[in-house]
Amino acid sequence: MLEKNPVVFIILAFVVIMVGTTITMIAPFKWINGAGDKIAEVKPYTPLQQEGRDLYMREGCNNCHSQTVRTLASDVERYGYGGSYSKSGEFVYDRPHLWGSRRTGPDLAHIGLKYPDPKGAWHKKHMENPQSVVPASNMPSYAFLNKPLDTTYSERKMKLLSFPYTQADLDDLKGKTEMDAIIAYLRKLGTDIPVKKAEAAAQAPAALKNPFTDLQTVAKDAESLYMQNCASCHGDKREGNLGPSLKGSAKSEADLFKTVSQGIEANGMPAFGGTLDEQKIWKLVTLIKLGAK
Amino acid sequence: MKVKTQYYDDSVKGFITWSIIWGTVAVLVGILISLQLAWPQLNVAPYLTYGRLRPIHTNAGIFGWGIGSFIGLFFYITQRLTKTPLWSPGLARVTLWLFNIGIASAAVTLAMGINRTKEYAELEWPLAIVVAIIWVLFSINVFMTILKRKEEQMYISLWYIMAALVGVTVLYVVNNLGVPLHLFKSYSIFAGTNDANVQWWYGHNAVAMVLTVPPLALFYYFLPKVTGNPIYSHRMGIIAFWSLIFMYLWTGAHHLLWTPIPDWIQTLAMGFSIMLIAPSWGAVMNGYLTMNGQWEQMKSNYLVKFLICGITFYGLQTIQGPMQAVRTFSAFIHYTDWVPGHVHMGVLGWVSMIIFASMYYAITKIFDTEIYSVKLANIHFWLILIGQLIYSITMWIAGVQQGSMLLATNPDGTLHYSFMETMIAIFPYYKIRAISGFIYLGGLAAFIYNIYKTFQKGAASQAAKA
Repeated sequence: MLEKNPVVFIILAFVVIMVGTTITMIAPFKWINGAGDKIAEVKPYTPLQQEGRDLYMREGCNNCHSQTVRTLASDVERYGYGGSYSKSGEFVYDRPHLWGSRRTGPDLAHIGLKYPDPKGAWHKKHMENPQSVVPASNMPSYAFLNKPLDTTYSERKMKLLSFPYTQADLDDLKGKTEMDAIIAYLRKLGTDIPVKKAEAAAQAPAALKNPFTDLQTVAKDAESLYMQNCASCHGDKREGNLGPSLKGSAKSEADLFKTVSQGIEANGMPAFGGTLDEQKIWKLVTLIKLGAK
Repeated sequence: MKVKTQYYDDSVKGFITWSIIWGTVAVLVGILISLQLAWPQLNVAPYLTYGRLRPIHTNAGIFGWGIGSFIGLFFYITQRLTKTPLWSPGLARVTLWLFNIGIASAAVTLAMGINRTKEYAELEWPLAIVVAIIWVLFSINVFMTILKRKEEQMYISLWYIMAALVGVTVLYVVNNLGVPLHLFKSYSIFAGTNDANVQWWYGHNAVAMVLTVPPLALFYYFLPKVTGNPIYSHRMGIIAFWSLIFMYLWTGAHHLLWTPIPDWIQTLAMGFSIMLIAPSWGAVMNGYLTMNGQWEQMKSNYLVKFLICGITFYGLQTIQGPMQAVRTFSAFIHYTDWVPGHVHMGVLGWVSMIIFASMYYAITKIFDTEIYSVKLANIHFWLILIGQLIYSITMWIAGVQQGSMLLATNPDGTLHYSFMETMIAIFPYYKIRAISGFIYLGGLAAFIYNIYKTFQKGAASQAAKA
């Protein structure tokens, strides 16, 4: 009968399609983004951040950058930047989600933790000319974002998305460029949930002693750590770029340890105490002190 | 002499012509973005940057080439299988106009950065509505032709067509639900994890309802036509059909393994993905067994090469796909270039091979003529096969290499390679991939020339008859 009755057929095909749809797509609405997913610290976007997010969408950044740290050790290590893997509650204000499907570039879910510098100096330099900080990068230049931000719809966006905002937030948009907006968005990513602060900070520098006395034993690990955490500001060969040259340093080992661990906020140097354990920081210190000048 | 039903084929020709044009755009943009990945200075800000071009590539491929050719070829086979002329030629003409306006506007708006960012559903709401209208108009035309059919029995191809009509409509509408901010911007009504789950329910089933079910409809129709052999088993086709459309809808979350999507949804997606091997291979075996005793046609009949090669890539695709849907393997290759390798085996190897064969066959039938050059068709076949194989194989190697490097750790648990080291390692593969694109383009050029000359020849002989 089915083979002779197209109306019955099409209804049945619809029903068959709806079974899996109902169970795996419709039913989950009942609890995803519900109370169980809620993370109190996660805040909606400010008008400037939302403008930045819309620019991120306009430029199709999601075609190369994902935004989910998977529950894999290597993902947390590489893209967690001191934070954990991604949780559902981190995305409740994302309309649409920007998880992406390809990592031609690195994951950006927690990128705000990697470059906490309030001035966003690294981001600006990188967006304008990616190869100036990451020589082999294949990212296009986004220098054209250095133009005034169109704020015509900023307030309406907040209302439509039901995000809280103040007049000060709107005033803050004045004189801002598209570049400012996209950097404000990138700086927010992953920063709502507090991460472990530099534990070593409490220790007096005098009590700090480098357990490694020669470079050879730690060279391989230190080089990996350096490329992973330091190269984008201090250069692939420690020659210096946005940050100073690290080919040798006048600072004592204890002082270097303190700098890496606690950072220097005024200069945009992030604190690595939450991301790297003591051993790893000492390896980096050893590399800086004893590595090729 | 038997009275022949007068079929309406102008829109078939129109859709075939335009889908070839949009398909060429997809390939050209594909080559450009493959070059940009190796040489970033080829990005021309702001309109021709990778981020804006990549959705043009996918939309031109899926909607322009894929959907365009399916609409044309479904008009063709529905009329033949029902022995009934198309319900409304006027509606078909309107559909073609809307289709071209829609795809051209899609390309322009995406280049302008008007982009919802949901993969394969990037078009902003006014254009999404146009796409939905195109599909509904086409669906009504086909369905009404089926309702008014003179041939009572509905052949299996019609089943696949009808499933696609319903499936695409449901998927496209749901994933495009949004609240407009203004004419060129809207926000999804779903947020975060929900939005991701809806997106990949859509994304994966776009693969099912656009890139699997329609080419299967073509395959079931054209393989028997081309070879003269009846399909091996109608019953196997029926079982495979129902299990395919039942299982596919459970599998979207295999795009989201290890993410905040609830584990049970991921596990269901993984299980159903593996189960999908059965109905997929049901179709593959049906194709192979139809060739029983007739395998010499692989040599003597150029169309059989396309069809059998196509179904073979479908078979490989539906083994590789479920493999990638397993958590452990996904952890290794997801987000790497392995996946574009997989996708292009599907679209270039499977879907396009079937479309090419169907177009060659339909065009010669419509004009009641022979193909302009079988030799050229063979050149076409080999170039697209070689181009696609180089593409996929280099990307699989690149994916395995990058995947291993990304996971490698030192004894103290530190990651061994920085992200940039993993990227530098795959640059040589990017360059080889770009070359494979040019080889494929060469094959496409042979196809276009051949079809153009066949059109000319057909039009001339029709004019002579009149």
